[in-house]
Amino acid sequence: MSKDPNYPYDRQKLRETLNQLEQVPGVSKPDSILTVDNIERRFGGLNAVDVNHLEVQRGAITALIGPNGAGKTTFFNLITGFDQPSNAPSLFGSGDAKWSFNGRDLGKTAAAKVARAGMVRTFQLTKALSRMTVLDNMLIGANNQPGENLFVGLIHPLWKQRENENIEKAKELLVRFKLDEKINDMAGDLSGGQKKLLEMARALMSDPAMIMLDEPMAGVNPALTQSLLGHIQNLRDEGTTVLFVEHDMHMVRHISDWVVVMAQGKLIAEGLPEDVMKSQAVVDAYLGAHHDRDLGDDAALTTGIMTSIANEAELEAGRNNS
Amino acid sequence: MDFLTTLLQVAISPTTIAFALAAIGLNIHFGYTGLMNMGQAGFMLVGGYGFGISVAQGLGFWPALLISMLATTLFAILLGIPTLKLRGDYLAIVTISAAEIFRMIGKMAMLQNVTGGPTGLPGREFRTAFTGLSPLPDGQTTILGLTYLNNGIDDWWTRLAGGFLVILFIFITWLLIRSPWGRVLKGIREDEDAVRSLGKSAYSYKMQALIIGGIMGGFGGIFLSLPGSLHPDAMGRPTTFNLWIIVLLGGAATVFGPVLGALIFFITRILIITAANAFIPDSMLGAQQTEQFAWLLIGLALIFLVVFRPQGILGDKKELSFNV
Repeated sequence: MSKDPNYPYDRQKLRETLNQLEQVPGVSKPDSILTVDNIERRFGGLNAVDVNHLEVQRGAITALIGPNGAGKTTFFNLITGFDQPSNAPSLFGSGDAKWSFNGRDLGKTAAAKVARAGMVRTFQLTKALSRMTVLDNMLIGANNQPGENLFVGLIHPLWKQRENENIEKAKELLVRFKLDEKINDMAGDLSGGQKKLLEMARALMSDPAMIMLDEPMAGVNPALTQSLLGHIQNLRDEGTTVLFVEHDMHMVRHISDWVVVMAQGKLIAEGLPEDVMKSQAVVDAYLGAHHDRDLGDDAALTTGIMTSIANEAELEAGRNNS
Repeated sequence: MDFLTTLLQVAISPTTIAFALAAIGLNIHFGYTGLMNMGQAGFMLVGGYGFGISVAQGLGFWPALLISMLATTLFAILLGIPTLKLRGDYLAIVTISAAEIFRMIGKMAMLQNVTGGPTGLPGREFRTAFTGLSPLPDGQTTILGLTYLNNGIDDWWTRLAGGFLVILFIFITWLLIRSPWGRVLKGIREDEDAVRSLGKSAYSYKMQALIIGGIMGGFGGIFLSLPGSLHPDAMGRPTTFNLWIIVLLGGAATVFGPVLGALIFFITRILIITAANAFIPDSMLGAQQTEQFAWLLIGLALIFLVVFRPQGILGDKKELSFNV
C-alpha cells in the first residue's frame, strides 16, 4: 500500500474532525479527496443527477444513500467516467461541470484513465470476467504490468518478474477474501457473494487511493455480510478512502463515518450516520412528507391539512417551472 | 492410395492455407477479443489488392508487402474508429458493408487499369515478385504422389511459404495470448466495462486486435490470389461466412483451432464430393450439383456443431462457446 503521510490512519481522530463539521449538504471538508461541482445529468426531461457541491473526506468511509431512483448509480457513473454530465464543458456552449480527484481535474476523462488515477469502482450488478480464472481476474486488475503493451507482451522476460510479483499479491488478497481455494476456477462458477468478493479484491490489485463500491451487500448472505464489513473497514485502515452506495441502513450505520443522502438527483442531507437518518429531509425523502397521516381517512383529513398539502404542491410546481 | 493423395492435395493447397491464415486472424478478432468481424474477406481483399497492385505498378516484393500491411491497417482503423466504442453488433454491420463496398469498388470498370476491374488482376502481373524469392531450383518435384512445379503457377514454393506463415502466425498468436496483453483482450471479450473500470482502455486494445487480425487476413488474401488471379468476387460474403465456419469448427479461442478447422472444412468438402460422385448416379446429381450438395451438407454440419458442440473441436467449453 502506498503510505501517504497525510492519510488519517487514526480513525478516532478522523471521526472527531468530522464531528465538528456543520451537517448541511455540500459542507466543506478539511481534507477532501474528491470534490464535485455543478454536475448534472438529464435523461430527456428527467433530471437524474443535479449536485451543486460535494466533498468526500480523505480516509473516511462515506455512505451514499437515498431511495430508489435517487441517482446514486448515475452519480457514480459520472464521477468515474462511464457517463458524461449533460453540462460537461464542450466546444459549443459553456458547461460548468467540474470535479477533481486528489488534486487532479477529472472532467472529460475516460473511465480507464480515472481508474489509473486511483479511483476504482465496482458495479451494482457484479462484473466478474466469467470465462477467465479467478487468478486471471485478479491479474487483470493490476495496473503496473508492462506486458500489457502489445510489443512488450511478445517478449516474456520483460514482464515475467512483474507477473510473479502480481501473482503473489493476488494470492495474498485472495487469502484475505477467502477465495484462495478457488484460484484456478472459472470466475463464472463462483457464487454471487463470492463474485462480489472477487470484484472487490480485483479492484484492490492496483492499490487505489479511493474505491467506490456500488451496493456491495446486494444479494450477499448475512454471514458473508459480516466479513465484507470487516474487509471494508480494513481497507480504510490501510489507506483507501471508501465511498459506497447501499440500501442496508444497518450496515450504513455500522461502518460509515459520514453519510450523504440523495433524493431525486439532489443532495438533500449530509452528516454523521447517527444524526443524518433522523433529519426531517431524509425521513421525508424516504417515506414522504405525510407518512404519518392516513390520507384515506376522511375524519383525519381536516381542512388545515388539505390546505397545507395543496400549498406545498403549488410551491413545488412553482419551483419546477422556474 | 489415390484417395489419400487427393486429401493431401486439398490439405496443402494454397486455398486451404489462405483460409487458415485469414481464420487465424478472425480468431484473434472473435475468439479472443469478442469482435464480430463479418468482413474478414474485405481485409483479405484489401491485403491482396495492396500487394497485387503495388507489384503490378512496378514495386518490388518487400515494399509491396509493406504497402499491403499498411493498407489493411488503415482499413482496420477506418472501420474501428466509428464502431469500436459502440456495442459489438455495429462492428458486424459496418465490416460486412465495408467489405462489400470495397469489393464493388474493386470490380468497377473505371478502375480497369488498376484493379483489373471485373476480370480481376491476373496472377502473372504480380506472381513473379513472389516466385523470384524462391530458393528452390527450377523443375518439378514429386512428394507423396503429388507433383507440382518447384516455382511457377500453383507451385511448391507457394505451399512452403504459406505453411511457414501458418506456423509463424500460430506462434505469434500463442505469444500474444499468453502475455498480459492477451489477458486484457480476453477480459474485453468477457466484460468491457469491467476492464475499463480496472484502468485499461478497451478501445485501444480492440483497435490493436482488429489491426493484427486484419493484417493476418490480408496475408490470406495474398495467398488466395497467388496461384490464380486476384478476383474481387473470390473474396465476398461467402468467404467471410466460410471463415466463420472454420473458426467455430476448429474451436474459437484456441491457438490451433483455425488451422484444424480449415483442414477439416476443405477435406470434408472433398470427401462429400468424392462420395457423392462415387455412389450417387449422375442422373440424380450432376457434377455441379454435387458441389452445391457439399455446401448444403456443410451448412447442416454447422447447425449441428453449434447445437451439440458449441465450443468447436479443440475448444474448452468452460472458456468459450458460441453464444453470440
